[in-house]
Amino acid sequence: MRNWLAAHRRACTGTLSRLAGAPLASLFNIAVIGTALALPLGFYVVLANLQGLARDFSPQPQLSVFLAQDAAAGDVRALEQRLKSQSGVANFRFVSRTQALETLKSRAGLADVMAGLADNPLPDAFVVTAAAHDAAVLETLRGEFAGWPKVAEVHVDSDWARRLDSLLALGRYAVLMLAAALALALVAITFNTIRLQILTQRDEIEVAKLIGATDGWIRRPFLYFGGILGAAGGAAAWLMIWIALLVFNTQLKPLSALYGIPLRLAHLSAGDSLAALLFAATLGWFGAWLSVRRHLHAYNPS
Amino acid sequence: MTDIVLSKVYKRYAGGHEALADVTMNIATGEMVFITGHSGAGKSTLLKLMAAIERPTAGSVIVNGQNIGALRAQGIPFLRRNFGLVFQDHKLLFDRSVFDNVMLPLDITGFDRREGAGRARAALDKVGLLHKEKARPITLSGGEQQRLCIARAIVHRPAILLADEPTGNLDADYAAGIGDLFRDFNQVGVTVVLATHDLQLAARLQPRLIEVRGGRIVS
Repeated sequence: MRNWLAAHRRACTGTLSRLAGAPLASLFNIAVIGTALALPLGFYVVLANLQGLARDFSPQPQLSVFLAQDAAAGDVRALEQRLKSQSGVANFRFVSRTQALETLKSRAGLADVMAGLADNPLPDAFVVTAAAHDAAVLETLRGEFAGWPKVAEVHVDSDWARRLDSLLALGRYAVLMLAAALALALVAITFNTIRLQILTQRDEIEVAKLIGATDGWIRRPFLYFGGILGAAGGAAAWLMIWIALLVFNTQLKPLSALYGIPLRLAHLSAGDSLAALLFAATLGWFGAWLSVRRHLHAYNPS
Repeated sequence: MTDIVLSKVYKRYAGGHEALADVTMNIATGEMVFITGHSGAGKSTLLKLMAAIERPTAGSVIVNGQNIGALRAQGIPFLRRNFGLVFQDHKLLFDRSVFDNVMLPLDITGFDRREGAGRARAALDKVGLLHKEKARPITLSGGEQQRLCIARAIVHRPAILLADEPTGNLDADYAAGIGDLFRDFNQVGVTVVLATHDLQLAARLQPRLIEVRGGRIVS
């Protein structure tokens, strides 16, 4: 076990010194992988930020239930009872038509308009807060309320948030597709890099095989090479995005001051960063594995 | 007890060249055997079959009780660890020191590195290269490179030493020194199989001689 660990440590340090031995080539390799990863990762960061924004601005999961103009006090009480027993409703309040008119009148500039009206055109209304944020739940509630007697119209107040949400869902698909394409690119890059590495270390591989090295022993440093290359590329991508955000956030400051709201793009969370790094390392490892599998066959006895 | 048994072995290469035909021979444990013959007679092919570098077209090659023709690819590394291989072209690695070249077989078998270092130095001392352990193989003379190759072949204390033309391009003095090394190993019980056309060396060591000509054993 100790020997096994020592062998792994040696393979790992050997790989690191090999990378350090050709710094320019290693740097370019890492930069290429980093750029390939920075694209989908950056896109993801923007999406995550937009999502956060949508969550911050989306109001309570509210529905406005407008009653028909001819709804009498008895109808209002009946509806009140139904709302009380309705599941999925957190709370509700009644806004009478006179109350609504008063509110409207108190707003600057509208008093004159209201004064010119002979009749109060506003309906009685219930403002219902749903128990869940879920769009599907809100939709069922809306359907249910609309079917009740003396209910003229039901509005879901967070419609715009839902639209943004579905737009973001579309964006997530785009990120996934981009990530898939660039993951393939990463595997191809490591595949080729390892192929070249195998060619330059051909003598070593041949000798090692002749004196009794197992395929696993020969494969190990190449797998480490691929994994380390992938992880370094992931770290490079993270750094690129970090710099981009730094620049972007500075540019965002005047805009944020103008609107009086704090606009700031946040980097990946620690968990997401770690996941991205592991993902990149796994892809690099996989590319190396494919390459070694493909290119070590040449050394078997004929 | 026998280490190596070949029976009715044929080796035909792609393209139809028949390198070996109907070869049958036994090599016993602790024996010293020279396989002689002109270049192209099939000496190297014989050694390659014994070390599982190539597989026979027909017949069986049995080393330490294992049939090489039927050996799975995963088994080959472990079979090879029974051997010390000495190559005519040395096959040294020029990107590392003399010491690290000798360490390679021990690294491969997962030998403890500190214990291994002692063994590597002992092997280098045996071939008279201890003072050059930090040097690069490229700076060594031909004879020294051959001795380094021998040090690497014996460092893991193999039971069988296979050497292909170990004195091929050395002058007589060097060749005699290397011959003495092989005799020393043989005296401590290592089976030594040498492919060579160096008859001077044969006269000096008095081994059993097997002569191949045109892919067949003639004596």
